[in-house]
Amino acid sequence: MTAVVGERRRVDISDLVLRYPALGPSCALVLAVVVFSLVTDTFLSLDNLSLVIEQSLVVGTLALGQTLIILTAGIDLANAAIMVFGTLLMAKLAGVGDGMTALLAGILLCAVLGSISGGLVTSLRLPPFIVTLGMLTVVAASSRIYAAGQSFPVSNGLLGLLGQRFYLFGRIEVTLGMLLGIAMFLIAWYALTRTAWGRHVYALGNDPEAARLTGIHVSRTQFSVYLIAGIIYGIAAWQALGRIPNADPNAYQTGNLDSITAVVIGGTSLFGGRGGVLGTLVGALIVSVLRSGLTQAGIDELYQDVATGLLVILAVALDQLARRRSR
Amino acid sequence: MSTPRSDGKAAEQPVAVEDAVLRAEGLVKRYGSVTAIDGADFDLRRGEVLAVIGDNGAGKSTMIKALCGAVIPDEGTIWLDGEVIHFHSPLDARRAGIETVYQTLAVAPAMDIAGNLYLGREQRKKGLLGTVFRTLDHKGMRAEAQRQLDALGVATVQNIGQLVETLSGGQRQAVAVARAAMFARKLAIMDEPTAALGVRESSMVLDLIRRIRDNGLPVVLISHNMPHVFEIADRIHVHRLGKRVAVVKPDDYAMNEVVSLMTGALRLAEDGTLVDQKAELNHRLNPRSGG
Repeated sequence: MTAVVGERRRVDISDLVLRYPALGPSCALVLAVVVFSLVTDTFLSLDNLSLVIEQSLVVGTLALGQTLIILTAGIDLANAAIMVFGTLLMAKLAGVGDGMTALLAGILLCAVLGSISGGLVTSLRLPPFIVTLGMLTVVAASSRIYAAGQSFPVSNGLLGLLGQRFYLFGRIEVTLGMLLGIAMFLIAWYALTRTAWGRHVYALGNDPEAARLTGIHVSRTQFSVYLIAGIIYGIAAWQALGRIPNADPNAYQTGNLDSITAVVIGGTSLFGGRGGVLGTLVGALIVSVLRSGLTQAGIDELYQDVATGLLVILAVALDQLARRRSR
Repeated sequence: MSTPRSDGKAAEQPVAVEDAVLRAEGLVKRYGSVTAIDGADFDLRRGEVLAVIGDNGAGKSTMIKALCGAVIPDEGTIWLDGEVIHFHSPLDARRAGIETVYQTLAVAPAMDIAGNLYLGREQRKKGLLGTVFRTLDHKGMRAEAQRQLDALGVATVQNIGQLVETLSGGQRQAVAVARAAMFARKLAIMDEPTAALGVRESSMVLDLIRRIRDNGLPVVLISHNMPHVFEIADRIHVHRLGKRVAVVKPDDYAMNEVVSLMTGALRLAEDGTLVDQKAELNHRLNPRSGG
């Protein structure tokens, strides 16, 4: 209580970092945009920025579900595989029936697969890493069996709806998928920060035993997170068909790791209980901005991967440092 | 030693059921062949701090767990405000107005003080926002949390929005204790609240407990720290070998005498005098060899 002024200021900075985990990533995003705008002639244009957002959409939506799960100190390795299975079901059903049924069936399938992971994690208390690793293998193989080595082009209007383009103010090119994606992030942000459910998700990620002792229904909350993530993967499947109207069992093979990358770069802690969806949105955009900017600066794709990988390590290191300082 | 009830040299009358806030008789809990509590009695009166002491393995924590719903006793009766109760979980006890401060504190470090005070008991906004959109009343909760902390005199916490992980051990303890005081309607149970604290922080927490008692909430304090127990307790419940062996007032006995009661070296007789167990035992075994 009689701390030196200099000491107090340092505590306040780490307090700021802890309190607003999206702050650092946001600065990094602005910095990256500024740098690429200066270094290349083509980066800073409405069309390119719009494309950057569009390219981050599917992984961003997957990362939204991933964020919910990581906040509970879990992880989901199966999310992209679940989404791909969803696209296959949607595409196949749309070939024989109407689009709405296909869409709802696809989302339902993803919700069911998500809740299987959730059920195994909550009722049998298995580690999420192992459960979703198993789910990844099973679901990916099931997709291939179901697709029988084929891919399915989609011509249905409803399933391709999210890829539809129009111009805001006559200049800014947007797709419906972009608007839906932003809406989903806002809803998730609201649910996490403004409702009791969100509080319980954070408390559960912080310390499940403490959460239980304060009367929070820990298993119920944990299960709900996996179920909601499953529904989000279903919507990601719809997004994916909007971007590329073709359901391919071999697509998005690194989608799970890409989504984890976006979450971690966005400042959410892999140990749970810290971070948030706005950070993930920023994280997904950072990855996309890096790809686009480095491509336009003429840098080889492999070096882009190196840059992304280093960024992940940096983000985790910063998270650890901030946490250690607060101790 | 069948009913070792004594309330010290003053030899008070036994408490009637209605006078006790929380009372238990003949509690038994067995785990297989191990008897953790063996016919234990307990009573907590209005407006007091009752310290529960006992050596490791004396069964005091099992008894406390039985009182706060974490353990279901095999035998015995518990009364809360004169009514027989059967708790099946800590939530039952909480709903009945009993709050427990666990040794682990049960706080979420990455959340702020206000968030921790209301954890699991969040309040929604009034009107449509609250009922349809389930929006939390952050402002209201923060204001009320601040008011409660001020009322309890938790002045060391400057900012209700401070993250709990940036607080000292004593401040964290104060948050956990304040939470119990805010929501307990009948009594608060505190498990070793000063165990990990330094001298100054301990006295801060003890002051806090004293203020809670003075506000009218009875407190059960489980502690190994004799100076703290003697500083704050109105009565001391001594637990040994699964049962209550004595209830004494700290003014009537010295600290080492109470420790001897706890270890079994001394025994409290019906009239409030202390009997040396070893001398008595020798006397019984060898009545002729003087004594």
